[in-house]
Amino acid sequence: MTTSIQDILAEALTQGTLRIVDLTHTLSPDFPTLVLPPEFAQATPVKIEQLSRYDAAGPAWYWNKLTFSEHTGTHFDAPAHWVTGRDLPLNTVDTMPLENMIRPACVIDCSSACAADADYLLTVDVLKEWEDRHGKIPAGWWVLMRTDWYKKSSVDYANLKADGAHTPGPTQEAIQWLIEERDIIGFGTETIGTDAGQAGNFALPFPAHSLLHGAGKYGLQCLTNLDKLPARGAIIVSAPLKVLDGSGSPLRVLALADTE
Amino acid sequence: MFKPLEPPKNKDPLHRTRQLVLPPRARSRQAHLFTQAAAEGRFALPRCKTCGQFSVPARDCCPNCLGGEYELADTAPSGTVLSVTEADIPFLNYFRERAPWRVVLVRLDCGPTVLAHGHYDCAIDGRATMSLKLDKAGQAVFYAAPAETGGDPLSDPQWREMTADPRHRRILITDGRNPVTPALVRDLLQAGARKIFVGLPDLWKPLAWENELRQHAAVQVVPLDVRSERSVYELVRAYGAKIEILINTADHIRPGGYLAPGQLCHAADALDMLAMGLMRLAASFGPVMAGRGADGEAGAVAWVNLFSAYAQTPSAALAGYAMAHAAALNFSLSLRAELAGGGIRVMNVFSGASDSDWFQTMPQPRVTARVLSRSILDGLRGGLEDVHVGAVAEDIKERLRANPKAAEREISSTRFGG
Repeated sequence: MTTSIQDILAEALTQGTLRIVDLTHTLSPDFPTLVLPPEFAQATPVKIEQLSRYDAAGPAWYWNKLTFSEHTGTHFDAPAHWVTGRDLPLNTVDTMPLENMIRPACVIDCSSACAADADYLLTVDVLKEWEDRHGKIPAGWWVLMRTDWYKKSSVDYANLKADGAHTPGPTQEAIQWLIEERDIIGFGTETIGTDAGQAGNFALPFPAHSLLHGAGKYGLQCLTNLDKLPARGAIIVSAPLKVLDGSGSPLRVLALADTE
Repeated sequence: MFKPLEPPKNKDPLHRTRQLVLPPRARSRQAHLFTQAAAEGRFALPRCKTCGQFSVPARDCCPNCLGGEYELADTAPSGTVLSVTEADIPFLNYFRERAPWRVVLVRLDCGPTVLAHGHYDCAIDGRATMSLKLDKAGQAVFYAAPAETGGDPLSDPQWREMTADPRHRRILITDGRNPVTPALVRDLLQAGARKIFVGLPDLWKPLAWENELRQHAAVQVVPLDVRSERSVYELVRAYGAKIEILINTADHIRPGGYLAPGQLCHAADALDMLAMGLMRLAASFGPVMAGRGADGEAGAVAWVNLFSAYAQTPSAALAGYAMAHAAALNFSLSLRAELAGGGIRVMNVFSGASDSDWFQTMPQPRVTARVLSRSILDGLRGGLEDVHVGAVAEDIKERLRANPKAAEREISSTRFGG
């Protein structure tokens, strides 16, 4: 009898030989959000309002009303999020192809460098060094930038100074290379944006947003636990909410990886 | 003679918290002319429009000329004490619990003779400085202090019953990001506040004066975001029964007409922060504070809301912001009615543009943090309900009173230059 892939997966899941790693922050009102100049509309934190909790408003049931921006908490960026991706086909979360929601990932460990420099930038050279050790980044995979940023307190996590946020991210060249030379499905980070905190001051402002979404690629932000993933091969399950014409959404991101 | 007020002792858990019984609340419609004056800290009395004679109590027609129309007119707050009575065993529970209670008869210089609550230094034939106060039930009463010495009204328990002196009280400032916070904290500490909780939303965002706040031993920075039901609930669970004065400083300034970019989002955020935020605070803190209105000599006493003067009038240039303040103002009046039963004074403080960056293009005069803070403090000490700070707020108040339709037309269409 031949064993199907779904049988193998079922076996691995039920026997615990496949680890499930949660890459998601709890969706909470006090979790930092992207800060834009305040005259712009803001990505507000999630608001959780109680509808009832076994009380006069609903004696036997508990439920809340949620209000959040599409870019609150651990969230997914669809191409329509940025002006460069606005005219692409299937560029919103309700139209994106299903097969793009489950993809393998390469994890680039930048944690030591980021501990020393909050403005650390991931370069093409670092990506090539990674390939020397782990092999070529395959087309259609995620590239996730591990910074261990998720371990920080909320003040250090946002790291807002008088001249804006100071958080790590990729250089314009690195993103260009990942898109043009490696054809990745998307780029993910543990920080508030796929771009560095100071990326608004780059030659091309916000290169990750601008280039990734212009090329129809995706973004994942505010991820956790990337230190618990192998350098390559973890399967990322990242299905955003099916929001009508949505530019992104908070979501539960799971990784499936071999047991260590 | 009374000793200075001592700091309150910690509660004896074996004793029930004293519940508030109120002094008489019934008033005629005419008598609310006094309420209006007392709410603003004015000494103004009903005056016959025909013959100009002052009348106390307010009547339906003038006893001098039988004229039927009265106006509220400011007059000299002075008179001569005719009698002093100290009631050791008053009939009404409110006064019985606070006996001995002094009442004095004062012949006002403007004519009428009135019954007033009296400072303990008032003496027969002595000159009295008069004021109109709101009592614990929120109704206007006269208060007489000796003119010669001025007395120290803040040391008089009867005065304290009608005011909200911060001395020995614990205070919550709901949003420490409001630029008035450093000055307000300093003023309240100087006024003898026992403890100041400063709420801070978005703890992950820097705050220029956070270190200054944390330097004061009596100041405790607490996480509080009035936009979050849970955040408000968690704070009231921890400190709700330890707050005697709540000062709601939450604001969300985003000038612009309703067609300005992003105004729907900004206006929704402002409504959430101001109106819904106030409602969240009220739902959590209101019942606890109302239950402590007679909890010792420094029981829960006041709830302060900061409003834009444009809460009272339309403003096309501040459409969403004015709407949010108007909604919050309306709610605050309902809150005032609810909290009146608990003896909590709801004081609404109106001011024009502040020195915030958001009002950079607004013309002068603007209200500085220092002036706003002093006005809040003075309002609390005077037991006021309505405080208008600065020339813009005063002007809007006067224009609305004089000719509401003209005020609507003129103020609503005012553009603020850039």
